[in-house]
Amino acid sequence: MSFRDDHELHKRRFGRNLGVALVLVGFIVIVFGLTVVKVTRGDYEPENAVVSN
Amino acid sequence: MSDTSINTRADTGEAGFGDYFALLKPRVMSLVVFTAAVGLLAAPGGVHPFVAFCSILFIAVGGGASGALNMWWDADIDRVMKRTQSRPIPSGKVTPDEAMAIGVALSGFAVVMLGLAANWVAAGLLAFTIFFYVVIYTMWLKRWTPQNIVIGGAAGAFPPMIGWAVVTGGISIESVLMFTLIFMWTPPHFWALCLFMKSDYKDAGVPMLHVTHGHRVTRNHILVYTILLAIIAVGMAFTGVGGPIYLVTSLVLNALFLAGAVAIWRRDETVAERDGYKREKAFFGLSLLYLFLHFGAILAEAALAPYGWGGW
Repeated sequence: MSFRDDHELHKRRFGRNLGVALVLVGFIVIVFGLTVVKVTRGDYEPENAVVSN
Repeated sequence: MSDTSINTRADTGEAGFGDYFALLKPRVMSLVVFTAAVGLLAAPGGVHPFVAFCSILFIAVGGGASGALNMWWDADIDRVMKRTQSRPIPSGKVTPDEAMAIGVALSGFAVVMLGLAANWVAAGLLAFTIFFYVVIYTMWLKRWTPQNIVIGGAAGAFPPMIGWAVVTGGISIESVLMFTLIFMWTPPHFWALCLFMKSDYKDAGVPMLHVTHGHRVTRNHILVYTILLAIIAVGMAFTGVGGPIYLVTSLVLNALFLAGAVAIWRRDETVAERDGYKREKAFFGLSLLYLFLHFGAILAEAALAPYGWGGW
């Protein structure tokens, strides 16, 4: 087996790892974004919460 | 063994990221994204744009996951059919176990995330869609009855209902009609494809209607379903998601579609083979445009409504 063939394998493996990394980063962004949206819109406020001034 | 054969992906067992992505049937996902987005945007009320984006993404992931499970179960059929031989499993790029694991994991992920991002009605509908496509269609109906595509088509019809449920948290007559539009559209669309791809299904032993009952019966079925589809499609114009733009679009498209179905019905195999299934191929091409423009018109009605143009 030549070095050239191994290189192709590593390139493919790197591409796969990069893809998984990007998916994970995307997941973090989504969870963070959803948390910000839900919290700022008061989705998790208890219904009988008393707002005091 | 030559160098070339040693280093094929099948032998190394090292699939690239694109091979895993191909398991999710990206072309089917694009239809899911489009119809779900139309259902979401046409629904009364609204959700935060980021929630809408995430919901569509999770619906697409759920659809892709069911595609991966379909490829896992149908790997034996895919190996036989020319159209599917290059898919990741039959080509040896991804193992069946990997496809199953990815399908199950992404199904659970998509349903839970949609429930958390939107609501549990939408998540429940997504879970039922995955179940219906994988268990009812892929595992049961596909190899058992020539009506497989009729009932199985329901799985592809759910996305606009899920999109609608993301906003409203429920089911209504409009969302059921959007479901029915895709449900009734699927059989003529797919049977037209079968007429000119006949040898593939026959070789794989899948009991498609044209394999079990012949082309004459298939042509009759295409006409009947197209007539029923036209009634539903035009009728939708007078519901909450319809309007003048939709009505005109639907009338033109259904006139063309009916003309195509009649032309297919009047032909026999001798004539069709002589011109290389020209009419059947044109009907199949039109069917893609048909669905895209119907949902495009629903979207246009919803987009123009705030300016006093959309709807009745």
